[in-house]
Amino acid sequence: MTASPPHKEFLDGVRDQLPLLLGVVPFGLIFGALAISAGVPPLAAQGFSLVIFAGSAQFIAATMVGSGALPGVIVFTILIVNLRHALYSASLAPHLAHLPRRWKLALSWLLTDEAFAMASARYRRGELAQAHWYLLGTGMTLWASWQVSTSLGIALGTRLPEDLPLDFALPLTFLAILRPNLVDPPSWAAAAAGGLLAVLLGGLPFKLGLVVASMAAVGTGLAVHRLSGRHKADGNA
Amino acid sequence: MPEGSIWIVVMLGGLATYLIRLSFIALVPHERLPAAFRDGLRFIPPAVLSAIVLPELVLRDGALALSLDNHRLLAGVVAALVAWRTRSTWLTIGAGLLALILLSLL
Repeated sequence: MTASPPHKEFLDGVRDQLPLLLGVVPFGLIFGALAISAGVPPLAAQGFSLVIFAGSAQFIAATMVGSGALPGVIVFTILIVNLRHALYSASLAPHLAHLPRRWKLALSWLLTDEAFAMASARYRRGELAQAHWYLLGTGMTLWASWQVSTSLGIALGTRLPEDLPLDFALPLTFLAILRPNLVDPPSWAAAAAGGLLAVLLGGLPFKLGLVVASMAAVGTGLAVHRLSGRHKADGNA
Repeated sequence: MPEGSIWIVVMLGGLATYLIRLSFIALVPHERLPAAFRDGLRFIPPAVLSAIVLPELVLRDGALALSLDNHRLLAGVVAALVAWRTRSTWLTIGAGLLALILLSLL
């Protein structure tokens, strides 16, 4: 088995990210426009995308700036909304453990929902010696698209067509990536628990429902894994 | 809000976000984590992806919407079938968006 060369991994990462841009680019346009209408100066609006690089948190933060919330409260809210990234960090950590520190610093910087989704799919496929280049390609494509679409949203303001349902491309992509993760009863249990709990907890603010549901779902997957393991052990006895 | 305060929000919000993303990749050594934690890692993708997708399909404005009027749920079912059969990201997105647009034209 020969691993793909770095440039091929990088370009694969770029290519596989393209369908997600259907959802990400309109999201960036709307963020730019929304930040301006909330009273954020253009340079600072771009600053949100350059420095924070997390769509949902940026939306909530810009809205809070508009409604005059205290800066400390907004920072705390950003932290809560982005807590889910710790799960992504934990999931990718074993795959990145062998890399030099500069790679860990760079790939962490680019770790969004979309990058994590594509990375989890990539790490299921094997031949992983150069897979970090795939992550770099995917993350840089997202980062660049997010910057450009934010700039366009800042420049165009509210003159955006709102009737195209392109935001639906993001859940659809996650749905496509979910499919190969469903390989055994424990992974099915984790997905079922995650989906159902996220729906039940959908009313919680700041994406807390997503974090709590995901953690409980990981526990559910583990529990089913343990039970089925014990079952097998009993059968062998 | 003064522009200086907005930049403080940007910088501290960015720092908090980066530290969260760095947490397990660069700050906590993987070998030090309990075995149960490491066993659970493989369930993070199915757990999170499903937790992101399902509310997008069945919740409308925060309320459960399990009816034929919920076009996103119907389009999501179409997309799930295509994802199941083809395992293609492009075909899944194409089928889901097409179904959503066609339903809105009905």
